[in-house]
Amino acid sequence: MADFLLEIGTEEIPARMIAGASDELSRRVGELLSRERLVATIQVENFSTPRRIAVLARGVSLSQPDMEEQVMGPALKIAFKDGQPTPAAHAFAKKVNLDVDRLEQVNTPKGDYLAAKVTKQGRPAKDLLAEFLPKEITSIYWAKNMYWRGGKPERFVRPVRWIVAKLDGEVVPVEFGGIAAGDTSRGHRILSGNAVTIGRPDDYSRALASVSVVATPAEREHIIRKALDAATRTVPGARWREDKALLETVVHLTEFPSVILGSFEPEYLDLPEEVLVTVMRDHQKYFAVEDANGKLAPHFLAVLNTSGDPDGLIRHGNERVLRARFNDARFFWETDQKHSLKERVAWLKSVTFQKDLGSYHAKTLRTQKLASLIAEVLLQAEVKTRAGVIHKAALLAKTDLTTELVKEFTELQGIIGGLYTKAQAAQLDVSQDVADAIGETVYDQYKPESMDDDLPRSVEGAVLAIADKADTIAGMFAIGLQPTGSKDPFALRRAANGIVRIIAEHKLPLNLASLMSDALAEYKGSDAERNFTATFAGDVAAFFRERLEFYLRDVKGYAYDVVNAVLAADAGNIVDALARAEAVAKVRGSEDFAAISASFKRIKNILRQASEGGKLKEGGVASDSVESDEPAERALAVATLQSGERVRHFREAKQYDEALAEIATIRKPLDTFFDKVMVMVDDESVRDRRLALLVTLLESFSRIADFSEIVTERKSS
Amino acid sequence: MSSSKNKPLTFQELILKLQEFWAGRGCVLQQPHDVEVGAGTMSPETFLRVLGPRPHRVGYVQPSRRPADGRYGENPNRLYKHTQYQVILKPPPDNVQELYLESLAAIGIDLRKHDIKFEEDNWESPTLGAWGIGWQVMLDGLEITQFTYFQQCGGIDLDPISAELTYGLERIAAFLQDVDSIYDIVWVYGPDGQPVTYGDIRQLDEEQFSIYNFEKADVAKLWQHLNDYEAECQALVDEYIRKTAEPKKPKKGQETAHAENVERFADVKSRRRFPVLPAFDLCLKCSHLFNLLDARGAISVTERVGVIARIRALAVAVARAYADQQRVIAEDREAAPEKATAAAVGTS
Repeated sequence: MADFLLEIGTEEIPARMIAGASDELSRRVGELLSRERLVATIQVENFSTPRRIAVLARGVSLSQPDMEEQVMGPALKIAFKDGQPTPAAHAFAKKVNLDVDRLEQVNTPKGDYLAAKVTKQGRPAKDLLAEFLPKEITSIYWAKNMYWRGGKPERFVRPVRWIVAKLDGEVVPVEFGGIAAGDTSRGHRILSGNAVTIGRPDDYSRALASVSVVATPAEREHIIRKALDAATRTVPGARWREDKALLETVVHLTEFPSVILGSFEPEYLDLPEEVLVTVMRDHQKYFAVEDANGKLAPHFLAVLNTSGDPDGLIRHGNERVLRARFNDARFFWETDQKHSLKERVAWLKSVTFQKDLGSYHAKTLRTQKLASLIAEVLLQAEVKTRAGVIHKAALLAKTDLTTELVKEFTELQGIIGGLYTKAQAAQLDVSQDVADAIGETVYDQYKPESMDDDLPRSVEGAVLAIADKADTIAGMFAIGLQPTGSKDPFALRRAANGIVRIIAEHKLPLNLASLMSDALAEYKGSDAERNFTATFAGDVAAFFRERLEFYLRDVKGYAYDVVNAVLAADAGNIVDALARAEAVAKVRGSEDFAAISASFKRIKNILRQASEGGKLKEGGVASDSVESDEPAERALAVATLQSGERVRHFREAKQYDEALAEIATIRKPLDTFFDKVMVMVDDESVRDRRLALLVTLLESFSRIADFSEIVTERKSS
Repeated sequence: MSSSKNKPLTFQELILKLQEFWAGRGCVLQQPHDVEVGAGTMSPETFLRVLGPRPHRVGYVQPSRRPADGRYGENPNRLYKHTQYQVILKPPPDNVQELYLESLAAIGIDLRKHDIKFEEDNWESPTLGAWGIGWQVMLDGLEITQFTYFQQCGGIDLDPISAELTYGLERIAAFLQDVDSIYDIVWVYGPDGQPVTYGDIRQLDEEQFSIYNFEKADVAKLWQHLNDYEAECQALVDEYIRKTAEPKKPKKGQETAHAENVERFADVKSRRRFPVLPAFDLCLKCSHLFNLLDARGAISVTERVGVIARIRALAVAVARAYADQQRVIAEDREAAPEKATAAAVGTS
């Protein structure tokens, strides 16, 4: 058994793409080896740095095992005439290199054929890899790739500059992008001379270490964490702020990482922390440092792609850059204070929200009305909100789009508006407390930006966030700009996911369908309405249904059949759907519900067939079955009517565990009914009555979930 | 030059070193384009030369005007007009990154003492119908160069592609000289050995142009200029398109009459002399006027998209015409090399 190493050496790959591509490369190589019968089990190890992705596979055979294969020949009646082989038989024998009497006969659905067993000689691993790897390399997915050679023969994320491919000690002659594989890799650009020979595949990471390249992201992460700790320790009581995304980025920006601690003038701490952290993290890729109380300290940590900074030159350079950036931010902050947010509301008339949907000013007015409407709905369900806070927050929500600071740091939209609101209590003519509440609401309007992001903190924030997103979704759908396939340029899925999560986790008694029709209604009479095209209601319902499924399944972890069952009963009320899913998930595995699910499927089949045969009528009365001569039918009718009433009661009281316990009691009478009673009898009145009973049963017992959607596994005993 | 032994490079020494370095790598050293541009990419030395199959290497300084970036000479990091050093390598050699790093050594940066990273930054100019893949080159946290592999220009897919290196000269000079304000950069040491600073040379420029760009430029006239330049550019490219369009199939019975109505270039010479290059200058004028209007706050967000599309249409049309012209010239040269040379001598 041999080891196989493939390294693709490139110019710097974008940090965000490395992990995915590295995984894909090793998956592809592993599958290739397995498909070509060169490994019994796939054992691969990944390596990656900004300038390379590599995979090491173990237990690789040097050659495919020989394989016995059956080759089909001519049909028997053509191959033999009067028991004698025809020329066709001889030709086939020649082709497979056997005597005619060593050929076999096989029986196939198409008739009897002549066949031959031939031994297919296994090919050397080296040849197979050289032949198939280029296709695997070409197929790696990149979010964005490029041409670099004349004639544009191939695309890759960045130009490929070298390839190492070795099967134990031997070079595998793979070729890609005009580069023939060899056994020479390259070291760190600055810290080492360029070339390093890879002796054997399992020497790879050691060889790279000798030229100042740490070959695995995991090890670099470890080094960076320790170096961050060590650098932070020089400031008493300080801690560095954990930031997973940033850590991942710098891991993929370095081949030989080290860390420096830099400082900035404490006077910059007067700027809001959000601004400082954004400059450090998003623009400079620095880690923020906080003191023992969690407050930002005037320091930063930069991760270098070199061994260190003995003269302090690198620290000095980074400090210069940060100071300039902070200066800019302070300049923008001060400039922005010359015009209050209140003044800026009118400016929104010249900021386009969407070309067919009008300005942000128009959006502001719609969102304001919709938010008030939502607040009223909540009030009816005794969820109280501060109406004034919502009203003012909605008015100011988008004004920060006109500020210099947001133009410079677009990722801070909403946040800047929130901070400015808090700083402008006087201009708003409200107390500082109220200004803070309005500010917080504005600040949180875009939350949650992802499934992991925080929700708006207050109910007012939740209401504004929902109204803003619902207005966008309604407008975009109405002009036919809903997401299609993988395309979602306006991030409407994210917006809808946000609405679902806010409603679910703030436990708001809101109905999606009426929310969205209210949102659409706010467009009535606007210029935008003339551009409306789409069949709105169905599209939006299906879209939210999908988002809700996603939330229940992928975020809350409910099995897909539970989700289908629950949403089939009702998909409008999210909080309720969540509670029902929780209850159904608990009983899903039980014997009672497995049986009920099977019976409900059967009922649906019977009803479908009856309906197709024109035998399902409106006239049947389920309660007639109470008078039936059949005891099983009588029992089921009684149980259906009585239990059905109790289920309805529990459903209304939102006592879903109790409702399900009640539903479970139908199992016995239902099983007995199907054992003893035939539904589709010839006697029309009996049949109508029994069908009506099943219809009623299905209706009464499917209010929590449609149990026919539940997948039942037959347990093998 | 001897005085620079112990001192970092002055601003003009920085330019000289880059010129010298890239001249040594076979680049044509060009002068800045003398029409206002927002970036070195917009100079015809880049925008037009990257089109078509002909290899080309060029290096040049390009003062780049971005009216909206002006700060009345008061912000130490921002300028209305900054200076780029632009290099085009068409096609890029395999060691293009190494060459670039050598150029940094040539301007006195000892990379062993610094932290250098190539971070993803793809460049796109909707106005030029151009985009590329590349990096911002970060030196100790400072973006010093935009490194782009051009993939498309003027809406035309490029083959071969070009590598474009754009050095931000003020930033690099401030870094080398370790000054916090661009205006403190030493441009040159005068005959008395005293520094002449960037501020001495350019401060007034920044102040006056900020006033003009933000306050004085006459919006109505700017629109008028924009419309005029656009119309003139459009007329030229329209004429080129008309004279090179595939002839339509004439209707039966009208063959002769129709053929006579179609305007065509009489010969290759008249086609090669058709003023596509001036059309491009007119297009650049439009682009600069758009930037001025933008700085004046005269373009609403809604209009913005529309005006960008208008300028893009011009840039794309010019690029097409230029590529077509180059193709015809190349074909002609291949067909009759001697005649083409003679023609070239004749026009000079």
